Amino acid sequence: MKSNIFFSFGKYIGLLGQAFSKPEKFSMYWKETLRQMDGIGVGSVVIVALIAIFMGAVAALQFAYQLDGQLIPMYYIGYIVRDLAIIESAPTITCLVLAGKVGSNIAAEIGGMRQKEHIDAMEIMGINTASYLILPKTIAGLFVIPFLVTLAAAIAILGGYLATVPTGTISDVDYIRGVRAYFVEYNVLMMYVKAYTFSFILVTVSCFQGYYVQGGSIELGKASTNAVVYSNILILLADYLIAVILTV
Amino acid sequence: MIRIEQIKKSFGDVDVLKGISHTFEAGKTNLIIGKSGAGKTVMLKILVGLFPPTSGRIFYDDTDFIGLEKKQLRDLRMRVGMLFQGSALFDSMTVEENVRFPLDMFTNHTKQEKDKRVDYCLDRVGLKNANKKYPSEISGGMQKRVGIARSIVLNPTYLFCDEPNSGLDPRTALVIDELIKDITVENNITTVINTHDMNSVMEIGDNIALLHLGELAWAGNKDEVLESDNDILQDFIFASPFLKRLRNKAMGI
Repeated sequence: MKSNIFFSFGKYIGLLGQAFSKPEKFSMYWKETLRQMDGIGVGSVVIVALIAIFMGAVAALQFAYQLDGQLIPMYYIGYIVRDLAIIESAPTITCLVLAGKVGSNIAAEIGGMRQKEHIDAMEIMGINTASYLILPKTIAGLFVIPFLVTLAAAIAILGGYLATVPTGTISDVDYIRGVRAYFVEYNVLMMYVKAYTFSFILVTVSCFQGYYVQGGSIELGKASTNAVVYSNILILLADYLIAVILTV
Repeated sequence: MIRIEQIKKSFGDVDVLKGISHTFEAGKTNLIIGKSGAGKTVMLKILVGLFPPTSGRIFYDDTDFIGLEKKQLRDLRMRVGMLFQGSALFDSMTVEENVRFPLDMFTNHTKQEKDKRVDYCLDRVGLKNANKKYPSEISGGMQKRVGIARSIVLNPTYLFCDEPNSGLDPRTALVIDELIKDITVENNITTVINTHDMNSVMEIGDNIALLHLGELAWAGNKDEVLESDNDILQDFIFASPFLKRLRNKAMGI
């Protein structure tokens, strides 16, 4: 078991070594990067927005419930929703969701290419397939996922507003006051550190799972599942490590 | 011309190829035939460099293929075309984009030059009007033809075809065979075809190598097939009782 983990980790690092090498033709890689940006980014906006709005709404309602009748002022709801979204829920939950949506898709796409001999076809043409298949996806992920995380944070704060202000739980002035209170820029930095780290993990782990698929549809299904499971575990582990490193 | 010397390949304890030597000639359709499990696919994958041989040497003309530097290997591969059993066309690209892909990746030709070359290749395989369609929108036979167009777009010196007729009806299979044969002769390409299609053997078998249990059991051309008294070859070619009856009738037995 232990040797298996080290073997897989070594293989993963080896694959990344091949992937991050000089492209055969920059224009072709750029074209593929743009295609991936569209797939990963534009294709995920709706799901990310939907999850973020409920994430903010639920957080606001539950904190309102917990603060009710206590000495803590109600405007803290806006403050708590904002910091929760920026520091934790926007980067982590968004990337966990994207690991499910984008990660499984990447593993299935590359795995399908392996099974249908597309990768062999490219190898015979003389293309560095690890690079052509992984590098554009990684760059696209690093570019668009932090953007989606930023969007999720903003929408979560809006979700908190929509769940509490129109229902009369808290006034408009109080919620906005809370959102603007005690703002620490460092938290935004933390959000982006998490967003970039999680993006890298979810894209490269999913590529790795897809690239080495062997066998038929059952193995492809397993690779797709493994891409989600391993990405999620590693994202949560990285979340903890980043929290330890950036908050001590 | 491709020459192989004492090619051996083992997977664990299983010896799949047991020291095969053969020459695949330029301007001819060179067939590798044999029963399922004879080692044909492994042989083809070794020839194109997808599998390293356990031992032995491969010469592409005078170039020793084994142990080439990365740059030399890439240069050589640009002179290699391959038609896959399942065509291996990229699903996200149209027919035209599939054929254009090697040109975009490896050449600095202008758009007009690329268009001209793509048009020529699609025209050569009889698919000039299907260029905007996706692989999923065309038939298996058309996919094979697109695969051929893509494999010849860089003017290869060597062409490999893995089961080019699998899944095709006899008429379409014949068209594909003739196309490969014509392209081979026109461009003096060294074409290696992995097949177990008997029609291909009898129609385009300029140079045939029969593999049996990982060994070269027989080599010759299509005219020598019927005259050969090699039991393995006869057993393979005339596997069906119908063909056996036809042969016996022709020979007056």
